[in-house]
Amino acid sequence: MTVQTIRIQIIAVIGSLLLLALVIELLRKRKLKEEYTLLWLLGGVTFLTISVFRSLLDRFAVLIGVDYPPAALFLILLMGVFLMLLHFSLLFSKMSEKIKALAQEVALLKLELDGVRSTVSIPNMSSPAPTEPFEATIIPTSSTLPL
Amino acid sequence: MTNSAPRLLAIVPAFNEEEAIGATIRTLKANAPGFDILVVNDGSKDHTSQVVRETGLAAVIDLPINLGIGGAVQTGFKYATRQGYDLAVQFDADGQHLAEEVEKLIAPVLAGAADVVLGSRFLGVDTYKSTALRRVGIRIFRLVNSLLIKQSITDNTSGFRAYNRQALEFLSEYYPSDYPEPEAVILLGRNGFTIREIAVAMQERQGGVTSINLRRSAYYMVKVLLAIIITYFRDPIPQMRR
Repeated sequence: MTVQTIRIQIIAVIGSLLLLALVIELLRKRKLKEEYTLLWLLGGVTFLTISVFRSLLDRFAVLIGVDYPPAALFLILLMGVFLMLLHFSLLFSKMSEKIKALAQEVALLKLELDGVRSTVSIPNMSSPAPTEPFEATIIPTSSTLPL
Repeated sequence: MTNSAPRLLAIVPAFNEEEAIGATIRTLKANAPGFDILVVNDGSKDHTSQVVRETGLAAVIDLPINLGIGGAVQTGFKYATRQGYDLAVQFDADGQHLAEEVEKLIAPVLAGAADVVLGSRFLGVDTYKSTALRRVGIRIFRLVNSLLIKQSITDNTSGFRAYNRQALEFLSEYYPSDYPEPEAVILLGRNGFTIREIAVAMQERQGGVTSINLRRSAYYMVKVLLAIIITYFRDPIPQMRR
């Protein structure tokens, strides 16, 4: 092992420890959801394991035909990053749909609310029918529920 | 406690429960008449909402998107807080929870002995059938819960729970979405709320399909355990801490 490769190994170990510390801190401050905390902890632990146990990395490097083992580490990390990004792309797609649904819902509710509140009819539109699509049938017992 | 009679709310989260929800609401109203009922329709694709409105016995919130049980129940908590309810009970739409047990459930809260009461299927009463795997799971969770919050909880996935006003205020802001029932137990414990568990009887599902596939129980258990551990390590919320 040359000085260079020991140096990179030390850097990798420190880096993964810092990453784990950061993830744990974010977890404690309630900034990360449970599932992502788990994902990142797993990633950090894997990174740490490979950094500490050099032989694992060397064996993997031979397996995939890479001469310089730390390059294999970068490859693993890079693949991990791609998977994470893909995962987040899926997540963002789902969230866009949800946000769109919410925006539409809010807009429709606003219109209804304006229709209920205003005494002036909207020009060029027929006046709203007395029964609205949403009707909250609340039967109070000992209490009155304000809408 | 207020001077006048306490205002009680039953929160019934529902997702595609058109078969069972009508009967559930009617039974609930008959056996727990002091309760206002709120059904939180979690983006059902069937006629759940209509069925409830037709009974005329409950208010309905139709969520514009599906949020899952955590989000749906939390909507109920927000409603309870904003409308000034003193106590809220969580009640399943599928008929598994027995309305006659509600009185037992709310007693410790009304007496001021607990902030949250959990209705446990596994504490003594034998009418609920469960598999061997489930029983192992219960034992594991009981151990984990007693380690983390110093309380031996036997049924932390039960959705049959009662909450007082302080708990409702807290949970309106902080309620987990992944595995809400077990995670909330830890969350409440960590933030200084008094939790009591009482034995209740429950029934089999009355209709529809359960959303927890029993074949994936072991995988589910591992994920829940990890989620619980993570929840444990979160900082308690200072302003809301009891």
